[in-house]
Amino acid sequence: MSALADDLVRIAKVDRARGYWTTVGRRLIRDPVSVGCGGVILVIALAALLAPYLGLADPYHGSMIRRLRPIGTPGYPLGTDELGRDMVSRLVYGGRLSLFIGLAPVALAFTIGTTLGVIAGYVGGVVNQAIMRIVDVFYAFPSVLLAIAISGALGAGILNSLLSLTIVFVPPIVRVAESVTTSVRNLDFVDAARASGAGPLTIMRVHVLGNVLGPIFVYATSLISVCMILAAGLSFLGLGTRPPEPEWGLMLNTLRTAIYLNPWVAALPGAMIFTVSICFNLLSDGVRSAMDVRG
Amino acid sequence: MSEAETLASVADVGGPQQPLLEVRSLSKHFKLSGGLFGQGGVVRAVDDVSFAVGKGEVLGIVGESGCGKSTTARLIIGLIAPDVGEIILDGEAVGAALSVRVLRRRVQMVFQDSYASLNPRLTIEDTIAFGPKVHGCSADEAHTRAHDLLCKVGLDPALFADRYPHELSGGQRQRINIARALALAPRLVLLDEAVSALDKSVEAQVLNLLLDLKDDLGLTYVFISHDLNVVRFISDRVLVMYLGEVVEQAPVEVLWEDARHPYTRALLAAMPSLDPDHRTKEAPIAGDPPNPIDPPSGCRFHTRCPFAESVCRARKPMLTATGNDRHTAACHMVDMSSGHSWAGHSFTGEEHHA
Repeated sequence: MSALADDLVRIAKVDRARGYWTTVGRRLIRDPVSVGCGGVILVIALAALLAPYLGLADPYHGSMIRRLRPIGTPGYPLGTDELGRDMVSRLVYGGRLSLFIGLAPVALAFTIGTTLGVIAGYVGGVVNQAIMRIVDVFYAFPSVLLAIAISGALGAGILNSLLSLTIVFVPPIVRVAESVTTSVRNLDFVDAARASGAGPLTIMRVHVLGNVLGPIFVYATSLISVCMILAAGLSFLGLGTRPPEPEWGLMLNTLRTAIYLNPWVAALPGAMIFTVSICFNLLSDGVRSAMDVRG
Repeated sequence: MSEAETLASVADVGGPQQPLLEVRSLSKHFKLSGGLFGQGGVVRAVDDVSFAVGKGEVLGIVGESGCGKSTTARLIIGLIAPDVGEIILDGEAVGAALSVRVLRRRVQMVFQDSYASLNPRLTIEDTIAFGPKVHGCSADEAHTRAHDLLCKVGLDPALFADRYPHELSGGQRQRINIARALALAPRLVLLDEAVSALDKSVEAQVLNLLLDLKDDLGLTYVFISHDLNVVRFISDRVLVMYLGEVVEQAPVEVLWEDARHPYTRALLAAMPSLDPDHRTKEAPIAGDPPNPIDPPSGCRFHTRCPFAESVCRARKPMLTATGNDRHTAACHMVDMSSGHSWAGHSFTGEEHHA
């Protein structure tokens, strides 16, 4: 018991001189699951980023005579796809588009959603009603259907699917941002800041944003995996990336026909989507508990 | 704005006789957003409240929860806008001669919940320096000021400046709140249940700190509390509120010796006593306060008053001088011409009416 108390005092002393985010970072590093997931994401992201320098085969170059080679074929460690293209190369290059289309819409939606939500929550009244009722309209559609509808209306293409996914993710982020802001703005320290004579923009920047960004950020990271799956779904339906571009969702679609001939190769893009999205989910869980410094 | 303009102590205006703060017929009615057809009522949180606070004085405001004490404080500092009424600081009416921004320089507030009133993401130093920065101090000036104030409230800047609120005890946090309120060199500090959440021993330390700071810095306090012992210790004058109205005000000794309003006497009788010969044997007033949405007619206390007569239900009593020094009470028994059968009766020295 007293050892525990000493330990707590020591932790408090170590943590004291550092900023809040430094403390969160240190707690995150102590969590093996978060570190593992972060490592996997980092490796995949680095590989995708540095793909041209890794000495891989051309991901667009196929050959009719070596189609659908199984995993372990000499020269093709993960086999070849239905057009005889090297799977290792396709998967690594595919990470570029897949990660981009998974992260970019969430990042955009995080920026737009937080701005709208914090304004709605802090200003309240008519502004709140206007923003939140518009957001409710988007909630009337299931997110998959909404993404398909918008993408379909705009036409296939990477930018259009990015746009449609952003639109899909703004409403939930606005909702979270609004509710967190509403609870923070009623705390006495916001009143104290108003009593110091600060204007609404200063209060939102100094006192509200610091207290709401954390929870919204954690929520947004949990959307990354959903976004990757949705993006893959759009590509699968032919609404996202177009062949011969390597992208995990699209690869899953084209290899689908080969599922009886070579199931292991056909499952590879799906395994990548699964791995990356579960890593993002576990990492966001880790960040959430690391941020609960007071608990 | 220069530093001299923003944070130097404001020169005394109008001499010692002019009250620092004057509140005239202040009212705030909160509309209830009730029902589909907007048939919601109105909560009369503060109803026609007038009082004055002299320079260097401590005015205590007491009453049950929900009687409008805190709303009054928030109205004075401009956190909520009054429906009717005037707030006059140093002879200047807020909204007319005095902008709300300048008002918030001269009046500051200490809140009850020491934890909720500090931003958990800011260090102690940043919390105290925030106000001066908003009013145009450079970062260096503001932080020097924060360190000075930490010393003034009895916390070592070397140990506490970089800490976060969750690393401090309740008493330490309340000292930070006091330092934050003093950062803008105010003349009037509103203390809204500032010591209510503290342990008794810590409460005494903080009360003594408040009295020292008052003498050092020439402050004036409005001290809101439900704890009559604390109010008696710190206040010069006391204002008793019931359901959004002032029912009695008097210097603290006069009120304890010769309270005239039955509600005040019930409050005093309800104080726990350490003397075994003066134990409270039964609850002095029964029941909850009436709903402020639909307050009783006439005197608002008549539903719980042991002396209530027909005149109390029919007419609302005005604050009337009792004959004591600066002592007024809103009760028909004080007014000789009210027609109440107990009119003019003084309860001095009597035990509480059983």
